Amino acid sequence: MSTGPGVVGVFGQLDATVAAIGQLKARGFANYRVYTPVPRPELAEVLAQKTSPVRLFTLFGALFGTSFGFFYAIATSLDWPLITGGKPIVSWPPFIVIGFETTILLGSLITVAGMFLLAGLPKLGRAPGYDPRFSNDKFGVVAFGGPAQLAEAREIFGSAGAEEVKDV
Amino acid sequence: MATTLEPVPAPAPAAPPTYAEVTRDVVATLRAPGPRYYVGLAFVLVGLAFGAFSWAWQLRYGLGVTGYQPPIFWGTYITCFVFWVGIAHSGTLISAILLLFRSAWRTAVYRVAEMMTVFAVMTAGLFPILHLGRAWYAYWVFPYPNFRGVWSNFRSPLVWDVFAISTYLTVSVTFLTMGLIPDFAAVRDQARGWRKSFYRVASFGWKGSDREWRHWGKMYLYLAGFATPLVLSVHSVVSWDFAMAIVPGWHATIFAPYFVAGAIFSGCALVITILVPLRKAYHLERYVQIRHFESLAKVILLTGSIVAYAYVVEFFIAWYSGNPFERASFYNRAFGDYWWATWIMFTCNVFVPQLLWSKRIRTSLSALFVISIFVNIGMWFERWVIIVTGLSHEYEPWQWSYYFFRWPEIGILVGSFCWFSMWFLLAIKFLPVVAISEMKEAGPPPLRGGAHP
Repeated sequence: MSTGPGVVGVFGQLDATVAAIGQLKARGFANYRVYTPVPRPELAEVLAQKTSPVRLFTLFGALFGTSFGFFYAIATSLDWPLITGGKPIVSWPPFIVIGFETTILLGSLITVAGMFLLAGLPKLGRAPGYDPRFSNDKFGVVAFGGPAQLAEAREIFGSAGAEEVKDV
Repeated sequence: MATTLEPVPAPAPAAPPTYAEVTRDVVATLRAPGPRYYVGLAFVLVGLAFGAFSWAWQLRYGLGVTGYQPPIFWGTYITCFVFWVGIAHSGTLISAILLLFRSAWRTAVYRVAEMMTVFAVMTAGLFPILHLGRAWYAYWVFPYPNFRGVWSNFRSPLVWDVFAISTYLTVSVTFLTMGLIPDFAAVRDQARGWRKSFYRVASFGWKGSDREWRHWGKMYLYLAGFATPLVLSVHSVVSWDFAMAIVPGWHATIFAPYFVAGAIFSGCALVITILVPLRKAYHLERYVQIRHFESLAKVILLTGSIVAYAYVVEFFIAWYSGNPFERASFYNRAFGDYWWATWIMFTCNVFVPQLLWSKRIRTSLSALFVISIFVNIGMWFERWVIIVTGLSHEYEPWQWSYYFFRWPEIGILVGSFCWFSMWFLLAIKFLPVVAISEMKEAGPPPLRGGAHP
């Protein structure tokens, strides 16, 4: 998402925020960002968010973990083939425990890595239009675009009931 | 106990806290601590130093300083290990399983429970090392490439345990940290000075944008999905440390569910033990309400009933099997050298929790606090009964023995509680003890109609 000059609308109410986003979309804005202190289903709906692809990371991580756990247990048992308890060298039932734990371990860690990658974190620098109030009790909508679009965004935010509209 | 009862309190005030109030009240818990905090911390550090001294003594003079008597080489330390792993379980239950079940009451208590999980696993993980005579070889349990090409025995439950516990520690730390990211951002925006820099890094620069929430929400859900089977597997694997051995009293298929229920039972009790004083110290009455304690009490009652059932079934199966060794082991449990431990276990875990059938008791914080301590004591003794009593009375009479702990073991036991408390005390000054964003999410959103100012 390119970020040039933009306009921020600071909203105190959820429905006002949803209305402003709806207006932006109706007027053909494609380049905007929403900051909220909480995730709300109303926002996800108006933003028409698609299911996060983080689940592909989860699937890959889990499958990788399962194969890794079994591979590790089998390969190391074959590398030092010592019979214990009269059991086969490759005794898969106890290796399920290892495979299970590595499924969860690598599945979780790769899911987290996927989230960081997709969400663009860590991002220690400034985000355009971000206001510390957006982590507390205010909702923020930032619209980007040319001068004409910004004027339109100012008007949308004002009519939707923004407490404050400012340029960034 | 009736004298400690408070009257059933009036229902909580109708107005839920606004977003700004949630931030303000939770950030207030992170303010510079008062003298009482430092006194508590100093007390805990002294206890920890005693534990460290005891361990140093044991390393210097060897395991002979403990009460070990052949064939009993699993005693207080392994009891503590299982106890602390068990404590850890309620955190994941509350944070992950109840999240998947969409139980709204978890919101108020889950952060404390999750912190408890992490610190309890950190405590539990010490004990397998502490009980070694040559602790510096502890790394041998890990399968690492080495010169001789010797690997660990993956058919051994002890190696399963290494995988289960280290996975549990990693995943619960990850789960706690990921849940904290939006909250750290909320604290960062209220903080000043070095704290602001600290939370800026700790929150990974979280801004709460639509893109961040979208991926974060799914990630959190999948982590909960992973943590749920994990929590059930970890204590099952711990129970197989025993159940895979052919010691009478250990070799039972009931062990995995029995241990998991016991773990949640003891963990929820410790959540109450910690939350009661914490709520008072930080004036969190508006967030952590009586009904949350009542829900915890119901979980304790449920899991306590499963544990009680397991105790009865164990005795019944020992008799019904007709196996003389099983029968002797269980007779010894109830009437042998360790009869006192068994009856402490029954009293604390079976009889005392029955009081929770009364709503009056479930809604009285002082009564719950006292009962939770009984449960903690009872669950410690449950592990003692299984481990020590089991080992003391195996197959052949010449092997029967008696073990009792000596001072270094008490030192390390005390030290473990202090180690756990130290982490907890430090954490409550850096981590929000109530989940800020989830608390806001649980309440009604601010709307133009003025439904929520």
